[in-house]
Amino acid sequence: MRSRFFMMPTLLLVAVSLFGATPDMPRFDWQNFTVENGLPNDHVFAVLVDGDKVWAGTENGLALYRDGRWKVFGTADGLAHRAVLSLALDKRTGDLWVGTMGGLSHVSAGRIDSYTQLNSGLSNDVVYGVAVQGDYVWTATAAGASRLNMRTGQWSLFNERNTPMYEIWTYAISVGPDKVYYAVWGGGVLEYDLKTERWKDYNDPDGETEIVLFKDQGLIHEITTSVSYVDKTLWVATYFGDSRYDGRSWHNFMTKDSGLPSNFTNQVRALDATRAWFSTDKGLAYYDGTNWAIYRPALDTGKPEMYVREEDGKITDIKVDSAPAHNYVLGIDFQGDDIWAATAKGLSHGIRKK
Amino acid sequence: MRIGFSFCSKSALLVFAVVLLVVIGTGLRVPSANADAAELKYLSPGEMLFSPDGTRIYVVCERADQVLVLNAKTGAVAVRIAVGQSPRGAALSADGSRLYVTNSWDDTVSVIDTKSLKTVQTLVTGFEPTGVVITHDSKTLYVANRLSDDVSVIDLASAHEVKRLMAGRGASYLTLSSDGKRVYCSHVYSKITGSRTVPQSEITVIDTASQTVSERIPLRNVAGVFRMAFTADGALGVAAQLRPKNLIPLAHVEHGSVFGDSLALFGPAVGGVVQLPIDELDRYFAMPYAIAITPDQSKLYVSTGGSGSITAINIPKLLSFVRTVPKDVGNDLSASANYVTARIAVGTNPRNLLLSPDGTHLYVANRLDDTVSVVNTRTDKVVSTIDLGGRKDYNSLRRGERTFYNAKYSFQGQFSCANCHIDATFDGLQWDLEPDGFGKDIVDNRSIEDLTGTEPFKWNGGNPNMPTECGPRTEKFFYRSQSYNSAELADLVSFVFALPNRPNRYRLPAGELTPAQERGKTIFQRTAYKNGQPILQQNQCAYCHSGPKYTNQQLADVGTGKPTDRSSKIDTPHLTNVAYSAPYLHDGSARTMEEIWTIFNPKDTHGVTNDLTKDELNDLIEYLRTL
Repeated sequence: MRSRFFMMPTLLLVAVSLFGATPDMPRFDWQNFTVENGLPNDHVFAVLVDGDKVWAGTENGLALYRDGRWKVFGTADGLAHRAVLSLALDKRTGDLWVGTMGGLSHVSAGRIDSYTQLNSGLSNDVVYGVAVQGDYVWTATAAGASRLNMRTGQWSLFNERNTPMYEIWTYAISVGPDKVYYAVWGGGVLEYDLKTERWKDYNDPDGETEIVLFKDQGLIHEITTSVSYVDKTLWVATYFGDSRYDGRSWHNFMTKDSGLPSNFTNQVRALDATRAWFSTDKGLAYYDGTNWAIYRPALDTGKPEMYVREEDGKITDIKVDSAPAHNYVLGIDFQGDDIWAATAKGLSHGIRKK
Repeated sequence: MRIGFSFCSKSALLVFAVVLLVVIGTGLRVPSANADAAELKYLSPGEMLFSPDGTRIYVVCERADQVLVLNAKTGAVAVRIAVGQSPRGAALSADGSRLYVTNSWDDTVSVIDTKSLKTVQTLVTGFEPTGVVITHDSKTLYVANRLSDDVSVIDLASAHEVKRLMAGRGASYLTLSSDGKRVYCSHVYSKITGSRTVPQSEITVIDTASQTVSERIPLRNVAGVFRMAFTADGALGVAAQLRPKNLIPLAHVEHGSVFGDSLALFGPAVGGVVQLPIDELDRYFAMPYAIAITPDQSKLYVSTGGSGSITAINIPKLLSFVRTVPKDVGNDLSASANYVTARIAVGTNPRNLLLSPDGTHLYVANRLDDTVSVVNTRTDKVVSTIDLGGRKDYNSLRRGERTFYNAKYSFQGQFSCANCHIDATFDGLQWDLEPDGFGKDIVDNRSIEDLTGTEPFKWNGGNPNMPTECGPRTEKFFYRSQSYNSAELADLVSFVFALPNRPNRYRLPAGELTPAQERGKTIFQRTAYKNGQPILQQNQCAYCHSGPKYTNQQLADVGTGKPTDRSSKIDTPHLTNVAYSAPYLHDGSARTMEEIWTIFNPKDTHGVTNDLTKDELNDLIEYLRTL
């Protein structure tokens, strides 16, 4: 009896190998939100999930989705600017930090306080990225990095004067237990060691060229858009491919040698040292360490599309009835097994198929 | 340092003998370290708590840096426990074994073992911890930090502050809901909403399960909000508050248009927030501070620190009135006749209230008498007064303090110095004072700490000294009534000049500066532009802001004058503890220090700042915060 149970999976594995079954990649039913069903604007820069609440940063306000309804916050509510670029949750307090085109806003139980370059020590009003690390709020702005100490109110600025940052257009942040990483648009990646309080930079060994001379020998390009630091592994998105760095070795991903649907990547969001999600201008991509899954409206017909690209390059179309709202994906967040995607034309809720 | 007993008089010996007998009788031990202090000081009793078994009353004494332990039956002081500087709040664990006392000037909480009556632990908090509550399971302590505008959440098992929750400006008093599920925080300062805007405050509601802020109850037209209380069923919350009328000229004292002493009602019993006055048409009950609600929910009591009285309110009548008059009656002084049932005269500056567990007696801490009035809640009469044993001879400073907090000098008892200078600080508001003419010289209320050597006073430098500032001017333009006699004025001036600076939290312990503060100091003291060209003397920060208080005591035109100002010349303000006194500039138009230079200094007339990078401006501000 027992041996029969052991034989079943073995037979199944043999069958999968013989017939080349498609890897079991996550599948979703996509529910899309636009201005027609409550979003204040279709252009969604950022999305953040906090339990049963979903926050969307749009070009015309901050939107909160809860209990099937949208509530919109704008400048009349205290928001620094209507265009919301980035979101971060302080998990300890439940407060939300919002990067906008006109400053940094702090949302706490309905109250919104805003910090600008005029009323605070914030380095610049264009806040592309924001992250919370302990008692600090880190921001990536168009004029360098800022750090607010929430306990003392002290601002610390990091820029070309006190870091290796030669380009001050900081774009995104990822914080870990020991490091803070910045994607610097045109300036590679900056690393801040929380223990030593020292900065270190990572740059493309090819310089600012758009060709890759030294694959897997360093960051793939200087124009970085996103960083994700998980399990002591750094993932970097650029407009010319993506990179992963485990502290010793770099591995780069490009369309020509991976399942990445586009080298133009707006965000990378790592699950661990081997798995990550990529938000590109040609769809949303998931990499499980071996295989890739792509979710998007087809580039030619606009019909829902999902396909899986295996390690050997084999591509299998998966029949789907829905897709994210648009190919141009700017960011994602997770809600249990579900996924939310911010796109250029709507917010998408990927409901995981069981 | 610590208050003990004077052995220099017969009366003191008698007191000591009585206390000793009580101590022996109650089995309490007087810790030897506290009993031999030589000098008797003023006490300034504040928060009071009953022990769970009802045998003790703990009284926090802010001026003495002590907690007194009273025999609840006799009222005798059994023990004096030394704590940190300027203790303000207290909370007891459910089993009564631990007493937690906030030390507002130390930024700590003293943990007292109520068996040994000794401090066994010290917890770290935010800036100027004031109110404190403990959860029903005695696992978590919440502390309101007045100067950091937040609430510390302290895990008592690890004695570690796990997080701080953003509250409002001047977060001061905490109240646990009847079911223990929420902590309510009130604020003594209003939000900084911009010059000449309606004052607004909030009650911050914290969910104790998630330890996050779950709601912010807005309070419109409200500045100082003090203590709160709930009915036993949790359906009604009541907060004591001030409604300032600072957007109109201060020319209508006779019409009551300066402050409204009122209550904010909230909770399911009333729906949203309802603000109701406790004043009468021709008599005011200034500075409402604490609320006590009887266990049977029939009565609530409000202490009014400026009027030396307690207001008794019939709760069913109050709720009936609210339900029949749903509109905003916050300024309708006839309203109070519908629910106020008694005014009970007590001591000087009554503040904290405590009901006996059975609700039969109300204890009133008379802060500037060092006594506790005991009120029978059936008759609403004072039945006894407990002498806490503080110093009896009122020196000039104490007399001045009693004058400062007393509203009797103003027309119909409307307000005292302490209305605008809350707890002898400021209110964060801008006022249109009449002597300048209506709509002229709108001025921000300045801090009054450490004023010696900062003359002249007023933003236009019109008052050369403190007696002028506090004397006839006050009588004529503020109080519209009796003013101080010469002795009272001298005492008041002594008290104001003796107000010390609160500890500065931005200086490192040894007084050294951080690298950013050092860089800021260099900018503050610079005499040349970056290109080496000299900066005109009058445009150098350290020229006007010179001397020990950072003022040269001269008038200067720094380009911040407004069309409503009679003169563009402004008194150079002192900068000590400037970090705490936002908003800034003479009319409060700069909400933050940054705005002084990023918005209101376009021509470098208020110091040379337009050649500074953002980093350098931040450094300058970091330095200013240390002053």
